[in-house]
Order: sequence, then C-alpha cells, then structure tokens
Amino acid sequence: MALSREQLAQRVAKELQDGYYVNLGIGIPTLVANYIPEGMEVMLQSENGLLGMGEFPTEETIDPDLINAGKQTVTAVKGASFFSSAESFAMIRGGHVDLTVLGAFEVDVNGSIASWMIPGKLIKGMGGAMDLVAGAENIIVTMMHADKYGNSKLLPVCELPLTGYGCIKRVVTDLAFIEIKDGAFHLLERAPGVSVEEIVSKTAGKLIVPDHVPEMVF
Amino acid sequence: MAGLNKVVSSYEEALTGLSDHMTIMVGGFGLCGIPEGLINQMVKMGVKGLTAISNNAGVDDFGLGLLLKHRQISTMIASYVGENATFEQQMLSGELNVILTPQGTLAEKIRAGGAGIPAFFTATGYGTPVADGKETREIKGRHYVLEESLTADFALVRAWKADTMGNLVFRKTAANFNPMMATAGKITVVEAEFIVEPGELDPDHIHTPGIYVDRVIQGKFEKRIEQRTVKAAK
Repeated sequence: MALSREQLAQRVAKELQDGYYVNLGIGIPTLVANYIPEGMEVMLQSENGLLGMGEFPTEETIDPDLINAGKQTVTAVKGASFFSSAESFAMIRGGHVDLTVLGAFEVDVNGSIASWMIPGKLIKGMGGAMDLVAGAENIIVTMMHADKYGNSKLLPVCELPLTGYGCIKRVVTDLAFIEIKDGAFHLLERAPGVSVEEIVSKTAGKLIVPDHVPEMVF
Repeated sequence: MAGLNKVVSSYEEALTGLSDHMTIMVGGFGLCGIPEGLINQMVKMGVKGLTAISNNAGVDDFGLGLLLKHRQISTMIASYVGENATFEQQMLSGELNVILTPQGTLAEKIRAGGAGIPAFFTATGYGTPVADGKETREIKGRHYVLEESLTADFALVRAWKADTMGNLVFRKTAANFNPMMATAGKITVVEAEFIVEPGELDPDHIHTPGIYVDRVIQGKFEKRIEQRTVKAAK
C-alpha cells in the first residue's frame, strides 16, 4: 500500500534529531510537526520571521500579527524569537537550519528539483523554496512517486522550470525512500506492501536497486 | 514638522510627493504587517504606473490587491502571488509585468539597497529561470548568481510602535519585510499602531533607528487574517 500523507510525514519525522532547527514547507511537510518523537526538542523555523513555531492558537489567543509561512495563524513556543525576512534568510542561506523538508512536482537523478511553476497552468511564485534548497545541506523532499496516470515524477531530467539545481539528496515518496547520488536514484526503503517492481516501473530516472530493500518502519 | 519630529497628521501629508510611475516598497507578508492606511491612500490618490516591490500582492479586495484592481501597478516585484486572482489574470494577459524573485533574494536585495551595496552573489536560483540573463560566478567550487539591490522612491512601512523621531519597534511576524524596507526608501513613511514620545522606547530594544525614517503617521488597522486556523478548544 502506498503511504498516506500522514505516514509519509511519520517516516520523515524519523529523520529528526534532538536539538535540530527545522524548516517545514507547506503541505505534507507541515504534518511532520505532528510526529516529533516524545522527549525530543526541535525548534521549527518559519521563514516569514519566526523561530520556535508552536501549535495553532485558540479563538481566545489568535493574533493577526503571528502567522506562519503558509499565512496560517500560529503560536510561538517558549524560547521563540521573531526577526526580519533578511535575518530569516540569513539563517536559511547561511546553512544554519539543520533540516529542511519541502514538497516537489519533480526531482531528477542529478538532484535537481522543480516545485514552483507549471508553465501555462500555475504561476504562484517560488516564495522561499529556491533559497531553502540553495541554502540547506540537509533537505528531504516529500512527494508523490507518480501522477494519477502513473507517470513518474522521478525523472532523468526535470521537465518543469527548476527550483534548484543539483541540491537534493533524499526523497520520501508514497512508495519509497530514495537517496540521490552519482547521477542515480538509490532505493533505500519501500513502503510496506509495495513491491520493488512497482517502484521500478514508476521511476523514470536511473534507479539502483540493492539485493535487499527493507520495508519502512514507523 | 520641526527638527526631528517626523509625525504627520494626515494620510495626504504622509504620501505628499508620491506620483505616477514611481517605485514603491510596501511591507508585509501576506496581509500580516501591511501599512493598510497608506495603501488605501494610494488608491484614493489614483497614482498609476507604479512599480511595486512587496513579497505578496495582497488578496483581491484588500492590501495591494486594491491597487491591482484599480490597475495602478504596472510592474510587480514579489516572491509569491498565489492568493490573488486579479493578479494572475493581469499577469497572464500581459497587462502586468511581474518579476518573481525568491523570497530570501528579495529580502537581501532590499537590505543591500538600504545599506549601499549595489549587488551581491547568492547561490539561490542558480541553474533556474531566475538566473536567466544574469552574471554567474564560481567561488570556492560553488556557483552563484549576481543579484542587484533594490531601492525605492517611497518605502511604506508598518510598525508596532514608533516614537516621534522615527525609532521603530515591530511586533511578532508583522516585522517581516518592514525593517529592510524602512532603510531602502528615498522617503520612508511609517504607519504605526502607537506613537510615543522619545525616550519611551528602550534604546536597546529599537529595531529600526530613526535615521532611516522620514514621516510617521498614526495608523488605523483592520488586521485582516488570511488563513484563520485554530485548534479545537479543550
């Protein structure tokens, strides 16, 4: 079975480490915050100027001056700080964020990522995604392995306009955990019940499959 | 106005000199931290052909969306315009020239502009459409894009507290682009929630020193929320 959005977030959350500063993108990456292991201390960075993002507020504590990068009202945890957009991207571009998780339309065997524009269809802008992929050493991309017609989104070369060139090393899809190195996708884990054959058939870029591919553990 | 007292008493006075075809910076992220009254005043003035620099374009009926609706903006420099249908339609029809700029690059272009730095190299956007036509350079084994800084004829800023000399304090995530923009306007106009006397703000806690600020006006804010999200009450 392909992973649900929640399971995908759960698998990504296993990559968190105590003491990490983490930036979570919009969509599935946001859900990772729900699966931070008990007892682990992690600070969430929101690129609009907040380090130490907390949960959603109540009707009583809602504050229009306190939002996240998805423009949702949020709260700040104890030990949080606020700062300008320039300061925020100094943290990001300067490599101070330990882990960045973001979504994508496509990735390719060279680690390039396309996530911000579908020509003729969707023009919303890149927001902070280009800065995030350029600045972070440790990035996990969460995405669907293929579109609803079964067309692979893990390609030899990205077809859509790029967000970043050669910057992605790890991808968690609804089918597999994949590492990108030496110009190929490397299959590390498969979703429970998903066959290696299915993953091979839905991966358009060069895929290296080891003899044994373990199932993901949550 | 006298001496270093920068307080003006009307929105007309606050935007005196702002005219057609000027470049303006407008603070805010989404609808958070936008100078609402100054935007409304531009609508009232009917200035046209503006180049607007702002992270977003507001929504259809609020914030910069109002200027778009009245076709007052001809060029928009922004990082994300997703929530505005008017914007998308004007961009697709070619009526509006849009320069999409990565958010961190946009912030740094403005910071650099205010700090007298004409351009800088950044890895952001290398190998993407953002780098098209721009100089690139390899430095210590990595590729970078040369990005030019930005300044504006008018920077319109929203602050939480301002003293009469223009020292500013921002609040929570309403700071966003406002502190950099305050430094990058030939004329910087601040719309503040509270105006206090000099000495009332702790000098250690001032975010923007008054040297960058030309005019201060007492604002009135609706503070509309774009994505109202709450958790279930216990």
